[in-house]
Amino acid sequence: MNTFPSSTFFSSPPDWGWLIALYFFFGGLAGGSYFLASLIDLFGRSEDRPLSHLGYYIAFPCVVVSGLLLTLDLGRPLRFWHMLIESNTYRPMLKYWSPMSIGSWALMIFGIFAFVSFLGALADAERIPWPAWRKVHPPSLLGRFIAMIGGIFGFYVAGYTGVLLAVTNRPIWSDTPLLGLLFIVSAASTSAALMILLAKKSSWTMPGLLDLHRMDAWVVALEFIVLIALIISLGPVARAWLNAWGLLLLIGVIGIGMLLPLLLYWRGGKGGVHDMTTTAALVLVGGLILRLVIVFSAQGV
Amino acid sequence: MAEPMGFYTDTTVCIGCKACEVACKEWNQLPSTNGGLNTLSGDSYDNTRRLDGIHWRHVKFIEQFTEDRKDGRWLLMSDVCKHCVHAACLEVCPTGAIVRTEFDTVVIQSDACNGCRDCISACPFGVIETNPVSGIAQKCTLCYDRLQSGMEPACSKACPTQSIQFGTISDLRNRAQKRVEQLHQAGEKRAYLYGADEKMLGGLNSFYLLVDKPEVYGLPPDPKMPTRNLASASWFSVLGAVLVGLMGVINFRNRGARLEDREEQP
Repeated sequence: MNTFPSSTFFSSPPDWGWLIALYFFFGGLAGGSYFLASLIDLFGRSEDRPLSHLGYYIAFPCVVVSGLLLTLDLGRPLRFWHMLIESNTYRPMLKYWSPMSIGSWALMIFGIFAFVSFLGALADAERIPWPAWRKVHPPSLLGRFIAMIGGIFGFYVAGYTGVLLAVTNRPIWSDTPLLGLLFIVSAASTSAALMILLAKKSSWTMPGLLDLHRMDAWVVALEFIVLIALIISLGPVARAWLNAWGLLLLIGVIGIGMLLPLLLYWRGGKGGVHDMTTTAALVLVGGLILRLVIVFSAQGV
Repeated sequence: MAEPMGFYTDTTVCIGCKACEVACKEWNQLPSTNGGLNTLSGDSYDNTRRLDGIHWRHVKFIEQFTEDRKDGRWLLMSDVCKHCVHAACLEVCPTGAIVRTEFDTVVIQSDACNGCRDCISACPFGVIETNPVSGIAQKCTLCYDRLQSGMEPACSKACPTQSIQFGTISDLRNRAQKRVEQLHQAGEKRAYLYGADEKMLGGLNSFYLLVDKPEVYGLPPDPKMPTRNLASASWFSVLGAVLVGLMGVINFRNRGARLEDREEQP
């Protein structure tokens, strides 16, 4: 008789597939981009304001896509509102100890912040003729407040998905407490990468872009450390990755998504060509593969 | 509230007739096959294979034979939802669709469930799955509708050997304990009860008499609640947010300050 490394090996996979893996990716981009935008707004220079606008432009569409992906994944999509309102009593439905319950609320509240900041950024950039909306954008006091609270909700949306996976009984997911940490760090690295890619596409040269690039390298290095710590924390369960998924994790996530970008960054810093676009593209691809490996590998066990 | 009700399943007297499976399907109007798809398991006499959205009872056939097949035994076990006192599915259900009834059983309300499937990944026993017809998570209700009318569940009613027994939990535990003692006296020292006390998830309202390790029956030796990870995972996530936040502040603020310093220098 086989011995099982953990009691989690007797549960059933929930069949969370592509829609959920993509949600984890886009939800991370939404939360991370908003967080970075608010960080640039609160601590950056005025020349970098287009970069913060870009973060808000990314966050809102990504949060809309996230909501759609989640709704489509439901067995009964028209009942999506049951997450927020108890269908029998029409009272608010909230279980603070259930990450999916509190995450649904967080996603909705973050969606409102993302929408307001999206309009604020458009007004601030004078892309829409509604100057009144500039009040919800930093540097106004209200704008700073919105950016700060929205940034916290953004990070919540980016990270709760990892906690949600930990609060199950599936192998890998519930055998480590580090998935939320990994998803938050990965959300920051992929968001910075996407912002760099889009900024470079518009041939922007503001100094904040270099800051973002440097920060991305730091965050990718942190992400690498967290992933190694996660694998160690799995203990004997890590054997569940001795298959094609583990290989994809090693090559796609660690190799292409972490070590190669770090090497490119390091070479760039040593006087080589600073290929920000390639570095960012690799980080983004690595982040997507990470979500796929985490979501699919634990269900094939 | 009525007294807690449940099942005691004595696996030593199960003959693998699957009457429980059939009775369950008949009463609960579950389809016999999955959309016309009926796959043979190729594994013993078990073609149900596992509990899922349209199989709320599953008779497991465990063959323990020597290589030359001269010696061996069958372990038969009718598996079902454990109706845990501390139920993992109920704990995580974000819609409130999963409730505890007045009989201390755990039921998914089919009009409230939206098919998010969080309960599927939470259940440590792998009991719940999506019903492909309804699109929602479904499992044994311990025949809640029959209980409300004072009837016993369909499976235990149909069981011809009293392997599945229905009753109040206190009565079932007494019966089960006597049976274990009887088996021990008869020389079957391996007999023990699985989930009959509070140590396992507060007690399983559907518990078992087994004669081998739980893993042999596909049961977790040490099932746990999913929220065991909630605090640690949350704090680690907060740590991640703080670290990334610090990296952001240092990168954006320091560089800005340095540039300003440089500009200020004559």
